[in-house]
Amino acid sequence: MPDPLFAHGVGLAVILIAVVKVVAIFAVLLVTVMMMIWVERKVISDMQNRIGPNRAGPFGILQSLADGIKLFFKEDLLPERADRIIFKLAPYLTLVPAFLIFTVVPVGGIVTIAGHAVELQVADPPMGILFLLALSSVSVYGTMLAGWSSGSKYPLLGSVRASAQMISYEAAMGLSVVAVVLQTHTLSTRGIVLAQAPHFWKWGVFTTGIIPFVIFWIAGTAELNRPPFDLVEGEQELVGGFNTEYSSIRFAMFYLAEFMNMVTMSAIMVTLFFGGPDGPGFHFLRWLWPILWFAGKTGVFLYVYVWIRAALPRLRYDQLMDVGWKTLIPLSLGWLLVIAGADLHVGWLFGVLGGVILAGLVLSQALNVSRRRRELEAETAGRGRVTRVAEQIRLRALAAASTAASASSSSAASTDEGGER
Amino acid sequence: MHGALAGGLLATATVPDALTFAVAAIISVVGALGVVLSRNPVHSALMLIMTLFGVAVLFVEEDAQFLAAVQVIVYAGAIVVLFLFVIMLLGVDRNESIAAEPMPAQRWLAVALGVLGLAEVILLARGKWPTGAHTVAGPLHGTGQANVAVLGRSVFTSYLLPFEITSALLVIAVIGAVVLARRPRGSGEDVDPSIGPRVDSGEIVAGGGGSAGRGGAGAGAGSAGAGSAGAVSPEQSIQAERAAGELVTAGEPFGAVLKEAEGVSIVQRRES
Amino acid sequence: MIASLLGALVGSVASSGAFSIPHIDYTAILPELILIGGALLMLAAGALSVRHLPTFAYTVLSAAAGVAALVSGIVLWEKIHGKGRPFTAIAHALSIDGFSTAFVILSACVIIVSSFIADGYLRREGIAGPEYHALALLGASGAMFMAAANDFIVIFLGLEIMSIPLYVLAAMDQRRAESGEAGMKYFVLGAFSSAIFVYGIALTYGATGSTNLAQIAGYLANNVSTNDGLLLAGMGLVLVGFLFKIAAVPFHMWTPDVYQGAPTPATGYMAAIAKVGGFAALLRVFFSTFHSLTATWQPVLWVVAVLTLVLGAVLGLVQRNVKRMLAYSSINHAGFILLGLQAASASGISASLYYVFVYAFLVLGSFAIITVIGRRGDRDHAIESYRGLARSHPMLALAFAVLLLAQAGAPFTTGFLGKLYVVEAAVQSHSYALAVIAMLTGAVAAGFYLRVVFVMYGQGSGAGARADDGAGVGAGVGSAAVPGEALAGHPELAMASAPGGALEVAPGGAGGAVASGATATAGTLVAAPTEPDAGETAPAGAGGAPSPARALPFDLAPTTAVGIAVTVLFTVVLGIWPGPLFAFVHAASLLF
Repeated sequence: MPDPLFAHGVGLAVILIAVVKVVAIFAVLLVTVMMMIWVERKVISDMQNRIGPNRAGPFGILQSLADGIKLFFKEDLLPERADRIIFKLAPYLTLVPAFLIFTVVPVGGIVTIAGHAVELQVADPPMGILFLLALSSVSVYGTMLAGWSSGSKYPLLGSVRASAQMISYEAAMGLSVVAVVLQTHTLSTRGIVLAQAPHFWKWGVFTTGIIPFVIFWIAGTAELNRPPFDLVEGEQELVGGFNTEYSSIRFAMFYLAEFMNMVTMSAIMVTLFFGGPDGPGFHFLRWLWPILWFAGKTGVFLYVYVWIRAALPRLRYDQLMDVGWKTLIPLSLGWLLVIAGADLHVGWLFGVLGGVILAGLVLSQALNVSRRRRELEAETAGRGRVTRVAEQIRLRALAAASTAASASSSSAASTDEGGER
Repeated sequence: MHGALAGGLLATATVPDALTFAVAAIISVVGALGVVLSRNPVHSALMLIMTLFGVAVLFVEEDAQFLAAVQVIVYAGAIVVLFLFVIMLLGVDRNESIAAEPMPAQRWLAVALGVLGLAEVILLARGKWPTGAHTVAGPLHGTGQANVAVLGRSVFTSYLLPFEITSALLVIAVIGAVVLARRPRGSGEDVDPSIGPRVDSGEIVAGGGGSAGRGGAGAGAGSAGAGSAGAVSPEQSIQAERAAGELVTAGEPFGAVLKEAEGVSIVQRRES
Repeated sequence: MIASLLGALVGSVASSGAFSIPHIDYTAILPELILIGGALLMLAAGALSVRHLPTFAYTVLSAAAGVAALVSGIVLWEKIHGKGRPFTAIAHALSIDGFSTAFVILSACVIIVSSFIADGYLRREGIAGPEYHALALLGASGAMFMAAANDFIVIFLGLEIMSIPLYVLAAMDQRRAESGEAGMKYFVLGAFSSAIFVYGIALTYGATGSTNLAQIAGYLANNVSTNDGLLLAGMGLVLVGFLFKIAAVPFHMWTPDVYQGAPTPATGYMAAIAKVGGFAALLRVFFSTFHSLTATWQPVLWVVAVLTLVLGAVLGLVQRNVKRMLAYSSINHAGFILLGLQAASASGISASLYYVFVYAFLVLGSFAIITVIGRRGDRDHAIESYRGLARSHPMLALAFAVLLLAQAGAPFTTGFLGKLYVVEAAVQSHSYALAVIAMLTGAVAAGFYLRVVFVMYGQGSGAGARADDGAGVGAGVGSAAVPGEALAGHPELAMASAPGGALEVAPGGAGGAVASGATATAGTLVAAPTEPDAGETAPAGAGGAPSPARALPFDLAPTTAVGIAVTVLFTVVLGIWPGPLFAFVHAASLLF
């Protein structure tokens, strides 16, 4: 469905409305992020039985603002070995996708402003969900280039880890999004939200059978590099990760982007799996209730993110990769097939289910086998190494002899070889 | 094909369309030039992303939204990321040394071929060619969603077989990658010198990442002097010593990491 | 519970619009499916067994998949003959006619023979695991798709499915740096040529409005365009893509390096399957789809064919490495096959078809023997390695001599008939100059084949200086390794492999004489591996041998011997008695 705003041509009012939408979303996001930083600190300190920030403003609510001002006026350091252009570019590459993703999230219903029907979202492209995936895959660049351009080893390690992690989890995330698209028959975010109205049991989380939601949540957390997947900035190992060398406003941008991504990811989860602004409303202020529902649902997820950070320890790196590649991707792929089978016929459903279970068994057996094979190799490595070395030396000697013989193909070769024997 | 030609577009399109086209076209062309002219491979890769985004905008301009999104996801999101990965891991991210050109003729040949290709494209773009255009994906200016739907439909009807055998292609690519990436059996330590330190450095990065976590979870971070022991296991550091000699001299970041593996920590260096 | 919930909820979402999946005729793609399925089965078996399965098991699986594909191809062939007409399958993406089925059958034959040939190599080098065979099977399925394609997209995908396994196989030997170099070169250049090919497809689509070959042909037949630059550019780029795959000049640069660097059995497989797939699609696209543009592409192919013929023959003369020499020889052969297409007549197409058939077997056999002589490590490919081979391994030398002579075009071999056939087609279409050039280059190329033969038999200019030196030793070794004696030592090997070899090539009416001949050849070939043992147990007096052939013993596996025997028999038997293959090829090109 095309945007109703542009249905009757583009006039000054329409352009003005579009600009207002952009500015409003920008401002709201910024304020939300400031608040979110404060909320996180407050909630975590509460969970850890501390008080948390309580000096700046009532309940310390202005603490983020104070921190921001401090960072803004700090000295801007540029490492000597840094790649200057990219070092300065990287924070923006992190920040911009975080903003842009939010443009396709429907935050409310359709309202009428000055005779124009206006969707409460900045843009509603027909492939909105792909736009979202595209931008989330682009957001890798900021992290990656920040680490590389610092010209320092820990940031590089951190950024390599981060980008490997983000790429790994993108596949599982994409597949769980496909499950939603399969049920809503549209790629437009507004269409997805509309398909989930008006009853809560039509929400994506139910129609796709919960598993895609769980996978999306886990993968989304990994994409955000939030605990328990925050190996990117594991302090013990990496001295703070890809942004070690950053300071002042550039560091603030990374910090901002991290929280903004958190808000965005929560909003996307609400959009895909929880009906977006869908929910019961009242007769007065009809335009307000959807927005409140949306904000409320998003808030729940934001709180859960903070909660997870306080509760869960960090994963080990190989475990992280194992979860991504050996569990989430096969699971989401298998579940996608099951949903597709259910979409066709009950017979298909059970057929596909059987096939997927069989494939899962084969996969787990193959993983077992590879583990046992590795153990066997480790066992034989000790005594195998000696024989292998001997074998190689023997082969090399033979090869050298043969090349020597073929090189000196004159009659002298015969005496040489005779001498060797 | 209609509207794709610059002349045609500027003649028939609205002002915003023309402006969008101009901006996107400039972005693409500047990016493409940057890819070729940058000395630093990382800069080239970034310029490539710029070009890809410009082209994606052009696709949107042509109402091919799906193509635009897929372009960004596949090329910018996956392929160039892998480029950068390889550049960073292999440590070839230093400026290309252009002093020693192995084949001096190839530069002129490249210029000649580039000019030839450009001439061809211009020639093709200027002409008014008869086309048997009955479009596959339905009306160009459909009603938004329809475009994607019709594309999906043609994939599962008239292009069903190509779509399905693509899966065989992907399987082959995976097998091929595994076959080539796997090291020959029985060459863990006593690796053939002809394979060289290139493989070693890759191993260290992968292994270093894996064992780093274990070190952190188990023994905790080491002392300041052996701080790197958690990141690189002693066994690998033997390899590292060998590889480090070559890599450090080349001045790559990973060379520095490998230097670390030899036990010279950054803390010590600062003190001394 | 989730299932029922899902069922209920899913049902409520109405499916949109009428949507009919095209009918899928599984028999039409059965050969391809068998090969892909076989490869996946192999990989699964490899992944599910803790200890590596013996290489022989994979060889058997691979050959079995090849045989199954061959049978299904033959069934398809019979079906087309029964109906009397070709048909298109799966939304007109494939066209199943005599032409495509003939190439499917050939690809299946290639995979069977090459899996036998590779078996000995894999065991000798201690390469465990299913990957080699799996990749070979997948590559062959790509060639089959190319052969049957009725759509440019399918051709492109077939091309990639065929090429990527070849890149990997070329780079597979990680102990030799040249192998990696070969894979890299092939991959980079191959990817580049694929890009050009796709660009050509895009331009052709722009000009004709379809990617379907039949629709393009229909459009071109019904419309005469006065302004066809777009179409010509597209056609030219498509041609470039094909010419790269078949290693025609000026897109041949990769060939010598890749042929030399790749593991030798992979080289043989590559040479065979790339020519099969490449020419299958090239012949179909240019003879059928672009038929109305024949006058346009014929001169281009004339030039390309001449360049290919001359360059291949001349540069082959100066090579010291046998693999490199055969690479140039394959370029020369590509020129001969192009001759048939350049003729742009039905007989030309059937001549090309015949030549591809013949060449596939010749090149497989030749590289199989080179594999054996390359010894462990796959490094001895200098022409000197062949010195005195006739005395130390007479049957191996004989087989190689037969294959080389056949490539040179000696009478009573399929190679001779193939050359005759294409030249005849060229003459029929009045390309006299081309025919003369082809014959001249054939004569030049015979020079380098004969040089190897002379070296093997200890005569000619190269070995002249040392003829007397080697003769005495040769006599000593020869007496220890009389073929009959060796055969007596291992009768069970000979008996086990000979019937298989005989059955492969001489079905039904081949006659008793052929069968007994097969027994004799296969038997003596199998006996060959026993000779080095005899040589080594011989007194140290043999240590003075000038030939480096004794640096490492040969290791001729029975499976490889069977493969070689099959190719040699194919070459000789069908050279003496050409009826069946001619009839087959003729039928294939008639239905086309």
